[in-house]
Amino acid sequence: MTTEYIIKNGFVFDPVQGIKGDKADVAVKDGKIVKSTEVSSKAKVIDAAGKTVMAGAVEIHAHIAGPKVNEGRNYRPEDKLFTYTPKKKGSRMAGGFSIPTTFKTGYEYAKMGYTTCMEAAMPPLFARHVHEEIKDTPIIDEGAYPVFGNNWFVMEYLKNGEIENAAAYVAWLLNSTKGYAVKVVNPGGTEAWGWGLNCLTVNDPVPYFDITPAEIMTGLMKTNEYLGLPHSMHVHQNSLGNPGNYTVTLDSLKLAEGIKAKNTFGRETVLHSTHIQFHSYGGDNWGNFESKSKEVMDYVNRQKNITVDTGCVTLDETTTMTADGPFEHHLTELNHLKWANVDVELETAAGIVPYVYSPDIKVCEIQWAIGLEIALMTKDPMRTFITTDHPNAGPFIRYPRIFSWLMSAEARRDRIESFKHSAKMVEATHLAGMDREISLYELAQMTRAGPAKSLGLASVYGGLAPGMDADVAVYNFNPEKSYKPAEIEKAFSAAAFVMKTGTPVVIDGEIVSNGNKRTIWVNAKVNENPQVMRDIKEKFLKYYSVTQGNYDVTKHFLSGNPRVIEVDATT
Amino acid sequence: METVTVTMKTQPVLFLEADNISPDAFAGKTAADIASLHAYEGREQTTLGKYFDVSGDAGATAADTRIVVKGDVSRVKYIGMKMSAGEVVIEKDADMYVGAWMQGGKLIAKGSVDAFAGIGMKGGELLIEGNAGNYLGAAYRGDWRGMQGGLIRVKGNAGSDIAYFMNGGTIIVEGDVDVHVATHAEGGRVIIKGNAKSKVGGQMVEGEIVVFGGIDVMMPGFKFVKDEELEIDGTTAKFSLFHGDLGERHPKRKGQIVYGKLYQKI
Amino acid sequence: MTKTVSDVICPFCGTLCDDLEVVVSDDGKTIVDVYNACAIGAAKFMHAQAKDRVKRPRMQQADGSYKEVSYDEAVEYTAQMFAKAKKPLMYGWSSTSCEAQSVGHEIAEKAGAIVDNTATVCHGTTLIAVQDVGIPSCTLGEVKNRADRIVFWGCNPTHAHPRHQSRYSIFPRGFFMNKGHKSRKVVVVDPRVTDTAKMADIHFQVEQGRDYELLSALRVAVRNEKLPDVVAGIPKEKIYEAAEILKSGRFGIIFFGMGVTQTLSKNHNIDEAIMLTKDLNEFTKFSIMAMRGHYNVTGSGQVLGWQFGYPFCVDLSRGFARYNPGETTSNDLLRRGEVDAVFVLGSDPGAHFPISSVKKISQLPSVCVDPHITPTSEVSKLHVPVAFVGVEVGGNCYRMDNVPIDARKVVDPPEGVLTDHEFLTRVNKRLGELMGAA
Ligand code: SF4
Ligand SMILES: [Zn+2]
Repeated sequence: MTTEYIIKNGFVFDPVQGIKGDKADVAVKDGKIVKSTEVSSKAKVIDAAGKTVMAGAVEIHAHIAGPKVNEGRNYRPEDKLFTYTPKKKGSRMAGGFSIPTTFKTGYEYAKMGYTTCMEAAMPPLFARHVHEEIKDTPIIDEGAYPVFGNNWFVMEYLKNGEIENAAAYVAWLLNSTKGYAVKVVNPGGTEAWGWGLNCLTVNDPVPYFDITPAEIMTGLMKTNEYLGLPHSMHVHQNSLGNPGNYTVTLDSLKLAEGIKAKNTFGRETVLHSTHIQFHSYGGDNWGNFESKSKEVMDYVNRQKNITVDTGCVTLDETTTMTADGPFEHHLTELNHLKWANVDVELETAAGIVPYVYSPDIKVCEIQWAIGLEIALMTKDPMRTFITTDHPNAGPFIRYPRIFSWLMSAEARRDRIESFKHSAKMVEATHLAGMDREISLYELAQMTRAGPAKSLGLASVYGGLAPGMDADVAVYNFNPEKSYKPAEIEKAFSAAAFVMKTGTPVVIDGEIVSNGNKRTIWVNAKVNENPQVMRDIKEKFLKYYSVTQGNYDVTKHFLSGNPRVIEVDATT
Repeated sequence: METVTVTMKTQPVLFLEADNISPDAFAGKTAADIASLHAYEGREQTTLGKYFDVSGDAGATAADTRIVVKGDVSRVKYIGMKMSAGEVVIEKDADMYVGAWMQGGKLIAKGSVDAFAGIGMKGGELLIEGNAGNYLGAAYRGDWRGMQGGLIRVKGNAGSDIAYFMNGGTIIVEGDVDVHVATHAEGGRVIIKGNAKSKVGGQMVEGEIVVFGGIDVMMPGFKFVKDEELEIDGTTAKFSLFHGDLGERHPKRKGQIVYGKLYQKI
Repeated sequence: MTKTVSDVICPFCGTLCDDLEVVVSDDGKTIVDVYNACAIGAAKFMHAQAKDRVKRPRMQQADGSYKEVSYDEAVEYTAQMFAKAKKPLMYGWSSTSCEAQSVGHEIAEKAGAIVDNTATVCHGTTLIAVQDVGIPSCTLGEVKNRADRIVFWGCNPTHAHPRHQSRYSIFPRGFFMNKGHKSRKVVVVDPRVTDTAKMADIHFQVEQGRDYELLSALRVAVRNEKLPDVVAGIPKEKIYEAAEILKSGRFGIIFFGMGVTQTLSKNHNIDEAIMLTKDLNEFTKFSIMAMRGHYNVTGSGQVLGWQFGYPFCVDLSRGFARYNPGETTSNDLLRRGEVDAVFVLGSDPGAHFPISSVKKISQLPSVCVDPHITPTSEVSKLHVPVAFVGVEVGGNCYRMDNVPIDARKVVDPPEGVLTDHEFLTRVNKRLGELMGAA
């Protein structure tokens, strides 16, 4: 088997090494990037002349594995109708549009040059399910964020300011569920949803638990830094999707002021605010709905310890799904489409509703503009990442189209002109007046180096420096030639060559291998904490419907191919 | 218009999937080309020519193509699937999915057809001279956008779940129908010249059902509004109008709540 | 000396109790006692011990008698059957692990098979309803901790899911429900006076086949619209009263079973019940849940879902996945003569399918994989005995509320008996060779 490769003469874009399109070779040996001088003459040559070379892309937030994703698949047969292509030798059948099967998920990410993806919301009680799907998703390295923002243990500890206990619990849960990061979704609001209620500002008290969303977020940020986890706290704020919610967003972001990152992973941020497009709305009803991207991004640009991802609307029919249970109920009341919901004991909830982002509906047009504005207003592409909050604002397979909108003012203009309400949309947004075009280097920051750094994985993913994982994507795109927007989309949809940990997985846009995927999780060690262990035991005896002995996924998980990130928070 | 005749010569052992029997797939092809179009029996991919004698060349476009299907095709699925123009005549009984996802043109089934005829239909005309099975003019599983347009006429009886999630178009059944008519409808019109059983118009938001014969059991969510004289498919008569389903949500238009309408001949 | 295995999962019904304690002999070969299980659950464990268990595959002979064959021969027969068939049916999957299901699906991809599970005769109609209108639901712990309104519609858990009421629904004390059943109101809808009905605060003896009308009437009542005097045999006053009881709770749940999923209106009954639940969420919090029967029928739907996108009756014959109950469902396929081979694992269609379907199975090349001799094994050409999942081999399972729990192995299978996972893996490999490695 060949373990040495040299990818020759491509235009390399690598923010980790500061390479901005220089012609260079990328050498690979035993799954790692090495110096060109370190491979032998037997190294297989991949000709990248006239092509763009980047590290494999890193997805920081997508819903691609687990109970709600699968409910989305199972309850939408119509999402798959006529989407399947007959299977090819060596690959599995793959189908679905907005919620593709696990096989299709792995294949489609790989074709676009994505090699690492994070499942954005894992309900702890369903961790085993999430990992079963991760195992069946080929090629891409994957981790999953367990949700903590409505967890009874967390709320009780934080109400009393017990950061150390919260940390011991978080460490225990990450270990039990093989999770990667601290995810917060509609803090407090989802617990309130247990009674059909919600928390719409950061100061709405959570029924019974007597704590506010602000206290939950602040407490979890401190807990996160107490542990020194690789990623920062990752939050989906309260009041998602509502006109006028940008003030709630600013209130939430301000909670990070004064909190310092403390970790050994090179991460400088303490809060990741996800799909911020959905949280940057002005107006107080759908009639006067407008963009507040400027207000939000002005703050984000100033406040250096925050990262964000965009949540760009792709203008497709899709399937929304989130642990924000009350939001999905609100949505089904608006569009009357089928609503699925699951409340999860002691932990969280989730809802699902199909949604059609139509270019003929003013609100959808404005949402589309806001997502792009967020990306175009950034002053620091290392802190602003491109997502669609797949499948919420649109399916991830549309990334190449988003790239074309971001890289070409002409593409945006064409799109705006063909909207039904373009004049009204232009009035309610900033996009029409923006001529910035994202460069390939910035694109590499926003899809590779940036997310990898925020995740605390900058030493292995998102760059092409010697010693890093050999995840490499080569695109049929010559940055020295002039191009049409459609060519961007085409080039990034089907990479010319993709390598994952040193194994070629895509050649000429076709899958050639199921790869060697790994599951990434965090093993955080803390001091022994008998009180927390007692609390866990008691809650399992009294309130959970499974025994503590059956909660841990370790036994099940060992059949996977883990990449364990060790964290030592003992004192 | 050119006519292509396909005549069944060899019966499949299992069932044959012949979604390629449509003016759109035939257009611009010679008889030989048509015989080499794909057909499927289980996992075996074969050709139409293995099962059918094909005579006559197709017209240049779907609209210029007329297909006559002869012989026993009671084990053949998907005839006329997704057709957008032209004409198909099936001389004997056919199996499932006749005219499924049809968009235009005219399909005449001289015999009876099995379930899922005209599902997801968007336009065109589907005439069934015998009986139709279940799920006539229904939505595909999970889709809230059922029949959008076009006309389906059945001379005989139809099965259960016709017009499921109907959004537009017209279905006329000259005989009787089984349970569940226009469940979840949000538009369109269903006319039943014979009798209906029960569960008529359940969960209906909008749209119309007209029943000439009896209804075994009315849904509890339909309330009598008034009697009206109407001309329906060539017959003028007096009908009682009911609004429903009151258990379901209903949109408001111009300050008025819009209901599903159920007319029953007096 | 004996040893006790704790946190054992009961591989019988969809309640999937996970608190069993099983006492096994020192050599790990025999089960001595089972604690915490209900009678049917305990019997399942004890049944595994039956002295007359078949331990080698058996091939039916021309005269109807059986001849013992080796596992190698059984693998060969099964792989050949798949290689020759144009459209084989692979049915069952509800009494086995997700790992085994997964290997079965690889075979199905190669063979162009139809994969269907027992939902096809139980809750398939529920799955159709969910596809049409969604489903607001919750985990069983939520019911225990919060629910003060419990509706059992067309189900009789006292008999079919014996520990359901004590573990989750009526009796347990929960976080917000510390008075147990005293804080809960129970409504039962069933034409029969079942033991579950006897525990109810309200029992509606609905007319046979009129569940759809009654559910519709409840929705009308929830909206305070006008009702006819009697619906489905129930006077309207009672219906308005019940609607008020449901609306006035803080957290309610409807549990439903085969009394509504398989009677007239089928999926529409569930559809209407789900919509009633959705309507009630405009007033309070309400959920709805199917009382799934086999312990891992839910898991089969999950694995099919993430691999192919549909929860049952998945047709892979054309090299991609399709789904349409009424066409791709087992009984429709058998009735119409659409399949040319049958493979059964993890269910007993011989006992649950209509006679006409069972006859069809007996006429086709057929393999039954089952620890026991069953009505299905008796009509199949080949019977392959395997280890009991959840007793002799572990694996992942999904409870009726979709919560995944890993079943445990408590004793060894009899000497030389393969697990279904091992058997399937060998068939898959052999089929790959026969078909030129797909
Ligand atoms: S209720 Fe069901 S799962 Fe629980 S012990 Fe009894 S049979 Fe087993
Ligand atoms: Zn998300």
